[in-house]
Amino acid sequence: MLRTLIPHPFLSLTLVLVWIGLVNTVTLGNLILGAALGLVIPMVTAPYWPNRPRISRPLKIIEYGLIVLWDIIVANVQVAMIILFKKDEDIKTHWIPIEIELKSAEAITVLAGTITMTPGTVSAMLAADCNSILVHCLHTDDPDAVRDEIKSRYERRLMEIFP
Amino acid sequence: MNFVAELLISVFLVISGIFGFVGSYGLIKLKDSLQRLHAPTKATTLGVGGVLIASMIYFYAKTGHLSIHELLITLFLFLTAPITANFIAKAYLARNVNGEDLPDSATTYGWSVYDDPPENMPEAKDV
Repeated sequence: MLRTLIPHPFLSLTLVLVWIGLVNTVTLGNLILGAALGLVIPMVTAPYWPNRPRISRPLKIIEYGLIVLWDIIVANVQVAMIILFKKDEDIKTHWIPIEIELKSAEAITVLAGTITMTPGTVSAMLAADCNSILVHCLHTDDPDAVRDEIKSRYERRLMEIFP
Repeated sequence: MNFVAELLISVFLVISGIFGFVGSYGLIKLKDSLQRLHAPTKATTLGVGGVLIASMIYFYAKTGHLSIHELLITLFLFLTAPITANFIAKAYLARNVNGEDLPDSATTYGWSVYDDPPENMPEAKDV
C-alpha cells in the first residue's frame, strides 16, 4: 500500500526541497503544494522507474559530492591552462576504454556524469552490454594513469554507495 | 553594503568572467569537435558558478536572507551538462568516426553506437 502511494521516497523528498527552493520562501502553503507535487509526480512517472535504486550508505553520497565538487574546480583550472598555453600539436588526445564493475543503471549514470564533469575527460558511450565505458581525454601523457584514477577515485566509492 | 562583501562579489565576478572567456576561446582554438567539447562543458561550469556565488553574496549582503535559487541553478546545470556533452559526442561518433578506429571495448560486445545490445539484457542494466 505504502509502496504504491510513495514509490520513490527520495524522489518525493527531492521534489519538495526543489519546490521550496524555487519559490524561495518557506510558508505552510508552499510546503503543502510541494508535498502534493512530491506525491503526484512519482506516482504518475512510476511506470518509467520500475525499480528503486538500492543505496546502502547514504552518508557516503556527501563525501562523494564534495570530492567531485573539488575535482570540478581543479578540472576547470587544468582545462583552462591547456586551452591557453598548449600549442595545438602538443595536445595529445586519447580514447580510453574503461571496464566497469558497477551493475545498476543509476550507478553507471552517476559515474558517466562524474567523468564528464572532471579533469579533461568526457564520457562518450558505453559498450552495448554496459560492461565498459569509452572516455575521451583532452590531454594526457599516460592514459593508463587516467583509467586507474577514475577506477580508484570514483568507481570504488560508487561501489560502496550502490552495492 | 560593506567593503568586504563588495570585494568578494567583484572577485567572483572577475573569476567567472575569465573562465567564461577561456571556455569561448577554447571553442575557436581547439582542432576538432571532440576536443572543442571539453572547453564549454568544463570552463563554463566555473564561469557560471562564479556568477551564482557572487549573486548569493550580493543578495545576502543586501537583504540579509539567503537566496537558494542559485543552488538550484547549479543543481540543474550539473544534471544537464553531462547529458548534452554525451549526446554531442555520440552524434559526432555516429556520423564521423568508424567503429574500427576506436579502442576495443574489452567485453564480448562492441560500443553501443556500432553494436546491438545482448538479446536477454537484464532489466536493471537497461540504460
